Amino acid sequence: MNNIKTSLYEIHRKLGARFTEFHGFELPLEYTSIMEEHQTVRKAAGLFDLSHMGEIEVRGKDALKFIQRLIPNDAEKLADGKVLYTPLCNPKGGIVDDIIVYRFSKERLLLVVNASNIQKDFQWIENNAASFSGGKVINRSQELGMVAIQGPASQRIMEEAAGKEKANLPHHGFIEQEGTIISRTGYTGEDGFEVYAPDNRCPELWERFINVGQPQGLRPVGLGARDTLRLEAGLLLYGNDIDDNTTPLEAGIAWTVKFYKEDFVGKEALLAQQASGVKKRLVGLELLERGIARTGHSILADSRKIGYVTSGTFSPSLQKPIAMGYVETDFLPEKRQAGAEPEKELFVEIRGRQLKARLVGLPFYKQCSRRL
Amino acid sequence: MEFPQELYYTETHEWLRVKDGEVEVGITSYAQEQLRDVVFVELPRIGKKVKAKQPCAVIESVKAAFDIYAPLSGDILSINKELEGQPELINKDPYGRGWMFTIKIENSGELQNLLNAQAYASKIKEAH
Repeated sequence: MNNIKTSLYEIHRKLGARFTEFHGFELPLEYTSIMEEHQTVRKAAGLFDLSHMGEIEVRGKDALKFIQRLIPNDAEKLADGKVLYTPLCNPKGGIVDDIIVYRFSKERLLLVVNASNIQKDFQWIENNAASFSGGKVINRSQELGMVAIQGPASQRIMEEAAGKEKANLPHHGFIEQEGTIISRTGYTGEDGFEVYAPDNRCPELWERFINVGQPQGLRPVGLGARDTLRLEAGLLLYGNDIDDNTTPLEAGIAWTVKFYKEDFVGKEALLAQQASGVKKRLVGLELLERGIARTGHSILADSRKIGYVTSGTFSPSLQKPIAMGYVETDFLPEKRQAGAEPEKELFVEIRGRQLKARLVGLPFYKQCSRRL
Repeated sequence: MEFPQELYYTETHEWLRVKDGEVEVGITSYAQEQLRDVVFVELPRIGKKVKAKQPCAVIESVKAAFDIYAPLSGDILSINKELEGQPELINKDPYGRGWMFTIKIENSGELQNLLNAQAYASKIKEAH
């Protein structure tokens, strides 16, 4: 096994984690069970090892200008000390990756990228850096580890572990101190924090959070529950729900595309797609019969394939099967004219059986407590 | 981990309880622990002819779907309807209320291809 082990590997092993390979990394899939860990995050808080995530720093006098040209979203309007979710698009409008941009200043930004795309993104950014004279693009993925605390008890735990200032960070705000970056961000649909630190400091960070958080219900959580949590929250997974051949307009993240911006890679193609209308769109589905839709299953209407599932699971919070997938837009309610033929019945084909499904709005699950 | 003496086992982690010309089939406590959180079970229909070593049922955990293989050839006589509402019985009571289906034995010679509790237990040990 040549998978990369994070600095927390030994801790996970001692906790009895079951491991899985994830894009070349050896990571905990579950410690107790996905179902249990999922509920822990919804009810108290979970601690995740996300050291596999990539970090690419961009520095230089024109760093912001350079990033602005690379992303469809607008980091110009972003305040220093805030983060922004955005796709990175290719000239055809396809999604190279979906990333989080941390704006330290106009001269320094950090891009947090998917583990599966670290090399691809770095290459992509370098290839587009011809005009970025005097600037630096630094791949910090190996030196930086990351742990996340997610769940309603996160703020209290952070306050005890790191003080009020950090615990009171606004939603999507971040702070840097002695090489550690703490942001109020996450991928679970819950309140929470993500903490980036030099790899060798992650074990002590982990232990500190566990010691402080355990009495408040904090437990380690693996990638299995991370996937069910993000799916319930309607958050996309690169490689499943989006890839180089799907566009932000198709993927339901049109809000990240700021056409008012003068220029960015992919703008022309996305404008053209917007004008002609998207042919397929990402939707939420709920199965009405017993079964579980999984990646690659066909979505049918009138006994014809009209789409495909990109992510699916049994929702631990809602206790029913949910899925995301692409559907031809002709079958979506907003495209159908008032008074036209009734809504088509949808099916997901699972091992030769056609199970009834219906469209539901995303996210499947909404956090109850106040969002900062 | 418990592997009752009176049962037969397969290398694909099914157990069999023989009684009156039929066998009751389920998955072992080792298998259910590997799957964890069972959330859905797809059983064969009653009367279906199944063939030894061919997939005939599916167990879905939160994470993925797993094929269950027919340990013997024959007709499906009954299925455990209780699993429809309580799939977690497979985790809680794999050798009891978590049984999946019964097959009418066609050729009792096929039983000789199965493992006894000791042989199955040592297979599991080898794999770890």
